[in-house]
Amino acid sequence: MKASPDHLTIHEAHRLLQSKQLSSVELTKSYLERISQVEPRVRAFITLTDELALEQARKADERIASGEATPLTGIPVLIKDVICTRGVRTTCASRILENFVPIYDATVVERLKKCGAVLIGKANMDEFAMGSSTENSAFFVTHNPWDLSRVPGGSSGGSAAAVAADEVPYALGSDTGGSIRQPAGFCSVVGLKPTYGRVSRYGLVAFASSLDQIGPLTQDVTDCALVLNAIAGYDDRDSTSVPHPLPDYTQSLVGDLRGLRLGVPKEYFVEGMQAEVATAIKAAIAKLEELGAEVEWEVSLPHTPYALAVYYIIAPSEASANLARYDGVKYGFSYQADNMWESMEKTRQYGFGAEVKRRIMLGTYALSAGYYEAWYLKAQKVRTLIRWEFAQAFERFDALITPTSPTVPFKIGERVDDPLQMYLSDVCTLPINIAGVPAISIPAGFAGSLPIGMQIIGKPFSEETILKIAYAYEQATEWHKRRPNI
Amino acid sequence: MDFETIIGLEVHAQLLTRSKMFCRCSADYANAPPNTHVCPVCLGMPGVLPVINRQAVEYTIMTALALNCTISDYTKFDRKNYPYPDLMKGYQISQYDAPIGRGGWLNIEVDGEKRKIGIIRVHLEEDVAKLLHRTSPEGEDYSLIDVNRSGVPLMEIVSEPDLRSPEEARQYLIKLRSILQYLGVSTGNMEEGSFRCDANISIRPQGSSEPLAKVEVKNMNSFKAVYQAMDYEAKRQRKAAAEGKKLIQETRGWVEAKGKTVAQRSKEYAHDYRYFPEPDLPPLVISREWVEEIRARLPELPEARRERFIAEYGLPLYDASLLTTSKAMADYFEDSTKTAQFGKLPPDRAAKEVSNWLLGEVSRILNANDIDISQFREKVSPERLLGLILSSHGTINLATAKSVLEEMFQTGKDAQEIIAQRGLSQISDAGELEDIITQVIGANPQAVADFKSGKEAALKFLVGQVMRATKGRANPQVAAEMLKRKLA
Repeated sequence: MKASPDHLTIHEAHRLLQSKQLSSVELTKSYLERISQVEPRVRAFITLTDELALEQARKADERIASGEATPLTGIPVLIKDVICTRGVRTTCASRILENFVPIYDATVVERLKKCGAVLIGKANMDEFAMGSSTENSAFFVTHNPWDLSRVPGGSSGGSAAAVAADEVPYALGSDTGGSIRQPAGFCSVVGLKPTYGRVSRYGLVAFASSLDQIGPLTQDVTDCALVLNAIAGYDDRDSTSVPHPLPDYTQSLVGDLRGLRLGVPKEYFVEGMQAEVATAIKAAIAKLEELGAEVEWEVSLPHTPYALAVYYIIAPSEASANLARYDGVKYGFSYQADNMWESMEKTRQYGFGAEVKRRIMLGTYALSAGYYEAWYLKAQKVRTLIRWEFAQAFERFDALITPTSPTVPFKIGERVDDPLQMYLSDVCTLPINIAGVPAISIPAGFAGSLPIGMQIIGKPFSEETILKIAYAYEQATEWHKRRPNI
Repeated sequence: MDFETIIGLEVHAQLLTRSKMFCRCSADYANAPPNTHVCPVCLGMPGVLPVINRQAVEYTIMTALALNCTISDYTKFDRKNYPYPDLMKGYQISQYDAPIGRGGWLNIEVDGEKRKIGIIRVHLEEDVAKLLHRTSPEGEDYSLIDVNRSGVPLMEIVSEPDLRSPEEARQYLIKLRSILQYLGVSTGNMEEGSFRCDANISIRPQGSSEPLAKVEVKNMNSFKAVYQAMDYEAKRQRKAAAEGKKLIQETRGWVEAKGKTVAQRSKEYAHDYRYFPEPDLPPLVISREWVEEIRARLPELPEARRERFIAEYGLPLYDASLLTTSKAMADYFEDSTKTAQFGKLPPDRAAKEVSNWLLGEVSRILNANDIDISQFREKVSPERLLGLILSSHGTINLATAKSVLEEMFQTGKDAQEIIAQRGLSQISDAGELEDIITQVIGANPQAVADFKSGKEAALKFLVGQVMRATKGRANPQVAAEMLKRKLA
């Protein structure tokens, strides 16, 4: 066969590499070729690390030859530009870190490198992961490969778009309120937000520390399990990572759903939801029922509507502290002024974009003396209620099924002037971060040519269960095989 | 109107852990070149996360126990937000409303009066980097940052406003430092900045519970400075009150060179640190078992040791108090009593004699050279000191012994060597003194006549002449006996 990577998944590429039908260098070169063709239209990459990739590919080929390949050896990966890569610029899509080169690797990068992965570039995103469309990147907008006039979702929009456009077989993203799942849904790829604590956050530039989690964006569920196998697990550098046993996630990829109890929370079919999305998700749930799952169609999680408000207090509060270190003194953009305070102020004035400033101000306000109890503390209490509500639901169900987002991808520019409207596109994904539970978005249909994602939510550390459901659905449907015409 | 002084102290002590509070860098940076004890975590690089140093928590629990605090079952860390270039993350990880220890006390004694001083809280946080302010040859001011100190464990101990005088404040600090040294958790060195103190001081009319205005005083770099600053403030505030001036709540800095406090640039707004729980660190649950295990390992503390010194060595309270204030001094004393030479001293007053030497001549050397007992010990071990003390019982007299100790400290030689080299041993041998006695009698006919006519004082003069002729080496008792015999 011709050594072409078109539509190769990780497991397919691995087979070709193992059987020597393809070398990692060939594979990497063909992806670089593909990138040069589609990237001008998609614009998913902030940094292309072609030389580094080829060097790593050569090493991977040696490793494969020596018979010590892992499932990820020699296969290119795109890393969201909020994850630190030693010696490779990590901008967080912000002017303030435009030239910042980390002196260390994030734990997930270290783990991928140990597996022999080939780092091909850094993905565009909303600045500091704050946004739902990747329009908040300080550098450029990423386009949805399914319709170039539309957004890819966000904040991991570059990661999702690149996987959908076949520029890379898989990518890493980060998810604070839906930033992996919503773009996965918008781009018809698989995106998993693991349980809080399942994957180390060491080296993930913090947005909202109690909500952030790194996860994979892949072309199918099998690949998702393979990547999770590589990046998950306790890390003694992250005190919030959990020393929970690490299973082989590929073992849960069996097509049988018998005995599984699924709940459909009605609050997730929100007012203003696009009719095609509701129809598609209901059809998908019917499919799961057909595959043997027991479905309860009218479950209620009454605190769901408060999740958005809770999120927009807790996340900005944490962000206001997390972003305080960018003052131009130590690294990154530095405005040269006559005195220290002016220099620090101007650095932030010119270094941060509008949405980042908006959230810093929201968080600073919510934490201020006299407001703390009414805002931050109250939000934490409601957060506890939401977590408790999920825990209650998971006593009755093995998983909950919802749409990933209330709409299909919207037009570029459509929501940039209306933050509230923009925030609503994460309404189905935010509660999951508030609760700290795992959830996956998988392709579940189309409205015309625009993708629709289904979200499967599990109890803490039940990634196996949601992967199992996702896999059964995927095997019974053809959505994941559709490719954008680009 | 009579006023009462109200002082509360806030002490920050660096902990003697091997690594820093939240990363693996060495915390022993004192002699390291700038920015060599650093890593992504203590540099506050994007994406890093803190990991709690267990030893630091243990040291803080130890201290809180020694200060009679209640140890919280559930504690957590919080972020204290404020911008400054020495704060690498833009926030300091500290403890806000759930400190490790709270509600304790320590006892102090001033002029024989015991006072119990309340401890509000003991908590753990991280130190900040060090700013070095420089001026270029062109006269431009600039600052350099040394990140070595960033992230070193810092324990904060806050007293109740129970102190009533500058001397009580000084005694509180001496006692607190002594406890930290006994526990081995901090060097307690104020000059080097590993033990820092800020003070809150106010005055109030006798009998009133309303202080006039709370003044915070900073920049005090020694116990003496704390005493002087408190003394200055107590007087300044009284004078202002007497003159009918309104005292304001403010922060003042102690200016050592001028011997006074000066108002620091008033802040336009009060600091709002926007504390909130540190999301990168799960709450810390301290089990009762852990606390009890630590309690069982607590070393003997100064008060207990003082009581034991009185009971075991028969020392007076005064001696026992002074010796036990510094752990190193108390150790020196106790190690001295374990030497072979100690057993050769008269048992009924051996301990007191060692104490006299330590509190007298040894302390004089420490003060004169501005060193502590551990530095002295490097030159003069307890064995050597006891060797000297033993020599003063016969071989040399007391005055000579003091000069020998000085030389021992200067040269690191032992007493016997110095005595031999300088030919200092006492002449008690009658044969050796015979000629000198005869000469002295011949040269001082007047004194001899006086003595014979019954003037006892003349004998002292004659003994003095013998001492002079022997350069102090003659045994005065032997010389007096011989003179008496010859002139009888």
